[in-house]
Amino acid sequence: MISIRGLKKTYGRTEALAGIDLEVEAGELFAYLGPNGAGKTTTIRILTGLTRLSAGTAGLNGHDIEKQALAAKRQCGLVPQHINLDSELTVAENLDIHGRIFGMPKALRRERIGQLLGYVELSDRRDSLVKQLSGGLKRRLMIARALLHSPRILFLDEPTVGLDPGIRRRIWALVKRIQADGTTIFLTTHYIEEAEFLADRVAFIDRGRIVAVDSPAALMERMGAWAIDQVGDQGMETFYFTSRQEARDRAAGQQTEFTLRRVNLEDAFLALTGKRVK
Amino acid sequence: MMQACYAVFLREILILKRRLKRQIAGMAVSPLLYMIAFGYAMGDAVRFDGHTYLEFLVPGLVAMASMTQSFGIATDINVARFYWFIFEEFQAAPVSNAAYVTGEVLAGMTRGLLAVGVILAIGLGFGVVLDYGPLFWLAILLNSFVFASLAVGLAMLVKSHADQSLLTNFVITPMAFLGGTFFPVQRLPEWAGTLVRLLPLTHASAAIRATAFGKSPPAPAYGVLLATGAVFFWLALHAVNQARD
Repeated sequence: MISIRGLKKTYGRTEALAGIDLEVEAGELFAYLGPNGAGKTTTIRILTGLTRLSAGTAGLNGHDIEKQALAAKRQCGLVPQHINLDSELTVAENLDIHGRIFGMPKALRRERIGQLLGYVELSDRRDSLVKQLSGGLKRRLMIARALLHSPRILFLDEPTVGLDPGIRRRIWALVKRIQADGTTIFLTTHYIEEAEFLADRVAFIDRGRIVAVDSPAALMERMGAWAIDQVGDQGMETFYFTSRQEARDRAAGQQTEFTLRRVNLEDAFLALTGKRVK
Repeated sequence: MMQACYAVFLREILILKRRLKRQIAGMAVSPLLYMIAFGYAMGDAVRFDGHTYLEFLVPGLVAMASMTQSFGIATDINVARFYWFIFEEFQAAPVSNAAYVTGEVLAGMTRGLLAVGVILAIGLGFGVVLDYGPLFWLAILLNSFVFASLAVGLAMLVKSHADQSLLTNFVITPMAFLGGTFFPVQRLPEWAGTLVRLLPLTHASAAIRATAFGKSPPAPAYGVLLATGAVFFWLALHAVNQARD
């Protein structure tokens, strides 16, 4: 569904993407995990036509993003990191304009606007001005807008950044539901738990390079199953174990304070890149 | 193409409608001050071709306002681009450059026409009634087309909102004062007259004023405006690609 070959992006001498190769299958929920500045947003911006690529090729559902740009854009919906709604227009007007720019006929626009507002639980705010909505409601409206023209692929760029935990979980449930309805989802995040909870597969990206691609479980298994965080002379040290008992045995002889926890994606990221995601 | 173009236009018009009272008030302030300060206060002391200065001034203000307000679409585009990121919504959609530019130019021209309506209404309040025939409106439409097209092109090329303000200060403001708005270009020294005739607004002012006074407009004016508008429109079409990173 998404095919990327040797994708590069340079800004002057700065290499934002250093040659990315990726395949995302239809119906997959694919997470792109990395720290700020790793190249996550640049990848999404190139795939959705907002930024020009410097080298390489990419296709969306078989349409080359450069040579068949308009056809490629019809395949996807985009929820960018920042709110980009028309604050002086109403909820319904924002959706209506989006439907028009995607060439949707009037009857279909009406039907889909009604459906999508129900889907994101905004039916009662249909005639509210966007500037009257909270951050979480705006984010849900942006998801509804991106889905209005029934895209095959949904790009979500840090969809829950800046939202409080309760709203974040509602967005996660919505994203799962969108995937269950058959949409391929490409999501960037720097929240470990978001990638772990949502993704079928995760790509770790660091300094414009992909360092690993696998399922969250497989990536974490590389490290073991349990971890002990311990403050030592060298600062925080983490030790990995295949079983809880093995970890407890190790902890039993320790004089210093420690934390026993399950291995997470950040451990795998740290092992591969030498740095933390956040 | 048509539906996307209409969507771009409709978005601007819906926003204009929401701000209509503020927008009309803003459009009325400068012309009102000019009419009081330069027109009304002078009374019959200054006359051109048998017309009072107020009668001379109103067509000039019409030309100036159709230029500045049509060019004002650049500010709206830049706010949408740099502050609200709404331009990305169009960039990520299957909207051709032609559809986007046409929609924004039509929105700019609509703003220009609205401003002209405001000035004519204020002029009427000052007792100025001139001849507003089809050639008068054609000159206004062409003038709006020229500056709305220029605005869209420049809005795509600038890298920040501050750049846009600089362009307005260095391009539009001098033209507003030198383009035959407040004085007859014929009174300038020959070299200065030749220079200001290079400005599209000078031709728009001449055509708008002549038709408003019931005279035949200078023949080349419409051709100059149409050709300039076509060039700016073509530049705008190509400038849209420059707005991508």
